[in-house]
Amino acid sequence: MISWPGLIAQLTEILLAILLAPVLLGWVNQCRAWMQNKSGPGILQPYRTLRKLFAKEAVLAHNASPLFRAMPYALFACMCLAAAIVPILGTDLPFSPAADAIALVGIFALARVFISLAAMDIGTAFGSLGARREMMVGFLAEPALLMVLFNASLISHSTSLTTIVEHLAHVEFVIYPSLAFAGIAFTMVSLAENARIPVDNPSTHLELTMIHEAMVLEYSGRHLALIEWSAALKLFVYSCIGIALFFPFGIAEGGDAAGLLLALPALAAKLAIGGFVMALIEMISAKMRIFRAPEYLGTAFLLAVLAMLIHLLLGS
Amino acid sequence: MAFDSLRLHLSELPGAVPAWQGQTTAAELPDICHAVKVQGGRLAALWGTDEQDHGQGYVLHLALAKPEGMLWLRSALPADQPHYPDLSPIFYPAHRLQRAARDLLGIDAQAADRRPWLRHAAWQATDLPLRHDADAAAVFEQGGDDYAFTTVVGDGVHEIPVGPVHAGTIEPGHFRFSIVGEKVLRLEEHLGYTHKGVDKRFQGMALAEGVRLAGRVSGDSTVAYAWAYCMALESIAAAAPPARALWLRALMLERERIANHLGDLGYLGNDGGLAFGLAQFMRLKEDVLRMNAGLFGHRYMMDCIVPGGVACEPGREGLEAIGAECDALEREVHLLKDIYDDHPGLQDRFLTCGRLTANTASKLGVIGLAGRASAQAWDLRAQARPAPYDVLDARMKTHKNGDVAARVIMRFDEIFESLRLVRSVIEHIGAGEIAVPLPDIPSGRMGLGWVEGWRGESVVALESGEDGRIRSCHAHDPSWQNWPALAFAVFNNIVPDFPLINKSFNLSYSGCDL
Repeated sequence: MISWPGLIAQLTEILLAILLAPVLLGWVNQCRAWMQNKSGPGILQPYRTLRKLFAKEAVLAHNASPLFRAMPYALFACMCLAAAIVPILGTDLPFSPAADAIALVGIFALARVFISLAAMDIGTAFGSLGARREMMVGFLAEPALLMVLFNASLISHSTSLTTIVEHLAHVEFVIYPSLAFAGIAFTMVSLAENARIPVDNPSTHLELTMIHEAMVLEYSGRHLALIEWSAALKLFVYSCIGIALFFPFGIAEGGDAAGLLLALPALAAKLAIGGFVMALIEMISAKMRIFRAPEYLGTAFLLAVLAMLIHLLLGS
Repeated sequence: MAFDSLRLHLSELPGAVPAWQGQTTAAELPDICHAVKVQGGRLAALWGTDEQDHGQGYVLHLALAKPEGMLWLRSALPADQPHYPDLSPIFYPAHRLQRAARDLLGIDAQAADRRPWLRHAAWQATDLPLRHDADAAAVFEQGGDDYAFTTVVGDGVHEIPVGPVHAGTIEPGHFRFSIVGEKVLRLEEHLGYTHKGVDKRFQGMALAEGVRLAGRVSGDSTVAYAWAYCMALESIAAAAPPARALWLRALMLERERIANHLGDLGYLGNDGGLAFGLAQFMRLKEDVLRMNAGLFGHRYMMDCIVPGGVACEPGREGLEAIGAECDALEREVHLLKDIYDDHPGLQDRFLTCGRLTANTASKLGVIGLAGRASAQAWDLRAQARPAPYDVLDARMKTHKNGDVAARVIMRFDEIFESLRLVRSVIEHIGAGEIAVPLPDIPSGRMGLGWVEGWRGESVVALESGEDGRIRSCHAHDPSWQNWPALAFAVFNNIVPDFPLINKSFNLSYSGCDL
């Protein structure tokens, strides 16, 4: 049933995700800078980048099709939708029954299809190069992500994210060995899916090496701003999925305002720690050769399957 | 004498490096080149000059190197038909050098490849900017830019054009990849975007002034070029700089090597995705550069070497500070080397990546650091040993794997060796003058400078003109020899590994576009 507090909680959550996503990206970048003994641009830098890009004129290739134009909006919409169904602060989400964990993976896949098609639209060598690398990473990462989500589903007997989180947040504090394996698999997948080291390098200047950046080379102005914002949002949503599945403690049950307010600092703390860990992983690893990505994601898939076997065999 | 068996009439050039000069006809060149090659020699440089203002035709210049010394061959070409036999079947680097000479001067090796090398759209095929009657300030009518890249055909083969404008702040060069999937089938380089007419600019400059231009041929090798130029000029003047000046030159050359290797190691880590390496190595490089700025007045020691000596005196305290810095650097670089060596992700990127086999390297005539990583034992400091390397005893290291990892190890090895040499310089250096004035220099004399810079050898060939001015001067960068090797090293690797392979060579664009 859709209740007013629920609707408000839902809208708050989406707005919060959209507004806070760049901070997380800024925080990860800031941590990376600190770890390199640099002072760093500050955690608000992504907002400045967005403001700059929105103020700039968008330049389009002459042969750009409507798809090319529409992609940034479609991408942004996909990420907003994903943010809507992932429990970020509370579990009373009216949108949640509309889409479960499988649909969530589908939404990410839809975004991927859009961005890859748009990358090939102009016909530049880099766009196509990036698109096919993205597809390679994508088709390996999606099954692994699905397996991770199924793990959680098996424990809570539901594929609905809110139910999963409610279940995991309310059980007695037990350590599920299956979730530990799934957690490692999920970390590996999220690094790959968010174009981070060791699969891709978000700060790369090497046009021949990149994946995500190669696909969006032809974008500028507000289009690029939306793409950057979507990328930040994707990182935020992935982090929230990770938190919801593996560290749900502190999330608000239902949609009461007090619970939501209390959930906020917990979320911030968890994101800060998660971002720091991500920066640390990036700092100590090198980027893999691109054909190591199948091995890497294969390992993630294997770990997720192992987690499932552990659950089925040991029932834990 | 190194070139006795050629039965040429050779005259020895005075100066720091063993060098001889001789005349020959164009028709004899292939035989001579072949003989030198059989004896283990290689082509060090090839260029042309216009002698029509002296009532002659053109002259084709060849610098042939053997470990014991260098032979500078001049062969006159007639003005009406300046042709000479194609030397590229004997010496691979001649390919591009011959094409460049034709673009600038119209002298023609009649090789099968008729494409221009240096000439892009900036001037037309009929304009020959290096001829004596060409106005240096002339603005040429733009030519076409329809360079015919070699195409690779086959199922699924396609091209990626990269550059000349790149995503990073680097020099301009165009790379045309023919790939299938991610695999590189062919890489064709198209350079020459930074051509600025250095040879023409040299003409008519005061001899003492020329060192400033030589020091700007390739900024990261400014010490090597300035020294090579001064060596050539001092050879002409038959004057030797004071001992202390020579020690200081070696000190600067080794510091230039250390700074560049540190920077490259950082970037190699970064291109492997390890930003930590970049941060750490750049910090060390910055320390070296700041000490340079403090002691020599310039971060890269530009204009510190002058004809007759050096321009700056670090003093006893300065040398002590350098010695202390050497100890600190050695410690820190050892730490970082351990981190690089033990990093599985990074080693996975480095090992077997961009392999240039010793056999290929030898056929291509690859030199310098990249050559030594592929078992090409060329190091002037350990072979011809120009002063003060005759006392310093530089030890040459080579590796045989020829991959990115080998070029990384070479850099570490050379840093440690250079640190040892710097300490040795500080130990040996005595008090005294740092420069002597050069005598007046008569017209028509020739001198050769040959210095092992961090990338490889820099060669400067200088001819004096009237009133203490330069008649002609040619600077040759080791990148000429090594650029073609990059295309071979990339073959059968995957596209995303190219930046790493390219960085492991780190060749100069400016130095060979001239």
